[in-house]
Amino acid sequence: MAFSVPLISLRRRVMDHAMTGASVLTVLLVLLPLFAIFAYLVYMGIGSINLAFLTQTPKPVGEPGGGMANAIVGSMVILAIASLLGVPLGIGAGIFLSEYGRNRYGDIVRFVSDVLNGVPSIVIGIVAYGLVVMRQKHFSALAGGVALAIMMIPTIARTTEQMLLLVPQAIREAAYGLGVSRWRTTLSITLRTATSGVITGVMLAFARVAGETAPLLFTAFGNQFWNWKMDQPTAALSLQIFTYAISPYDEWHRQAWAGALVLIILIVSAVAAVRIAVKHGTLSGA
Amino acid sequence: MGVGITVEHLNAFYGKTQALFDVNITVLANHATALIGPSGCGKSTFIRCLNRMHETIPEARVEGKVLIGDLSVYNGTSATQLRRRVGMVFQKPNPFPTMSIYDNVAAGLKLNGFRNRKQLDDVVHKSLHASALWDEVKDHLHKKSGASLSGGQQQRLCIARALAVQPEVLLMDEPCSALDPISTGKIEELIFQLKEQYTIVIVTHNMQQAARVAEFTGFFLLGKMIEYDKTEKIFTNPSDKRTEDYVTGRFG
Repeated sequence: MAFSVPLISLRRRVMDHAMTGASVLTVLLVLLPLFAIFAYLVYMGIGSINLAFLTQTPKPVGEPGGGMANAIVGSMVILAIASLLGVPLGIGAGIFLSEYGRNRYGDIVRFVSDVLNGVPSIVIGIVAYGLVVMRQKHFSALAGGVALAIMMIPTIARTTEQMLLLVPQAIREAAYGLGVSRWRTTLSITLRTATSGVITGVMLAFARVAGETAPLLFTAFGNQFWNWKMDQPTAALSLQIFTYAISPYDEWHRQAWAGALVLIILIVSAVAAVRIAVKHGTLSGA
Repeated sequence: MGVGITVEHLNAFYGKTQALFDVNITVLANHATALIGPSGCGKSTFIRCLNRMHETIPEARVEGKVLIGDLSVYNGTSATQLRRRVGMVFQKPNPFPTMSIYDNVAAGLKLNGFRNRKQLDDVVHKSLHASALWDEVKDHLHKKSGASLSGGQQQRLCIARALAVQPEVLLMDEPCSALDPISTGKIEELIFQLKEQYTIVIVTHNMQQAARVAEFTGFFLLGKMIEYDKTEKIFTNPSDKRTEDYVTGRFG
């Protein structure tokens, strides 16, 4: 005997299509501002990007040309310092929260970390000013890096915690069962299993602080010239954009647009490079 | 070679709840011993006390005496040292998902600081042969992740991983419960061969499996060991009424 397949009611089919349509629509709504911003940046900035912009330091007002080479390098140096400090501390805190922090101490750290995440970035700049600038008696890339590192830590800590908690207990037990010590298991098994998620957290934190201006105002301070010393005032793209954008000169406005475009391209390429590197190291079927 | 296990007056707790009550047992070296009983009777807790895995659970604790060979488990022995001598295979296959097949097998040695490439190759080769997986994976040892294998293959990978650290005792906690009958058959065959070199303690829900692979069988009920004897005796002529009820399928 053959069964006839019952027809799915019209109401359910309409609902199905409506829901699919609604989710596609929200995706478009989310992507639209992103593409609009990027397109506008390209439109306004691409004309001012040339070899001079990428290789020269700023020219004094009134002189045409010049570029942001020192700011590009300065941004990279500050971000490298921030990552060097912020990533290990953030991941370390995340490990504590997930592996040792299922108690009151963990709750305190979680709470403090969430509060730190909500502190206005300019306040963090003031903290770095007090911690580093006051002591060194001058502005520096190091101070800028410290400010950005403080901003990275809570994001990295909480995402690392969440990613480590997703690793099944059975995986940890497998390692314990082989006579592997707890700290070894955490570093070589649990953290390694959660690598791709942890890296997502690091990239989020990195991308967030890469465009920060306020915490750099009185830490890195900015510089119109080349500077290769980490304990001297250092230019950064975001600072340079800020200075140029509030200036009354058209030439500087154009350069600010170009700087913004370069900054966003740098962030996107850094994130993409890390993604590709991670994917390259991943085994088939993992 | 395997070593015998002696357990005296073992009590285990989860917080305030007692899970095992005064368990006494002597497991013979180079034999397979099966532990049967209904769910929640304490058989898994029991074997997790043999390699101190029980205490990795928060608030869990153990009282009593366990001897693995002449090593006293709860008397100053470090848990990591002990676990290198007492391997474990878990209910659900749990290969390290980000590691290749090779690295999964070599993990126990590598993570304990063993680096000699040639000897590692040798151990991986031997262990995969011993777990009857070699022929199925030899072409992609380094390319494929342990998680890419089928369930039965994963479980044999986990057995190879446990064998690679050259333990004397192998604990198996329902190793076939997530597997199909063909994979189960392969693992049972394996247990037969492995007991020439290792002492095997296997927890199982499947009474036929206990009858097939083990010379000795212990029956657990509500945290107590009711009866422990030759497998034949347990299944054909048990001394305790409760054992008889269980093996004849009257409860549990």
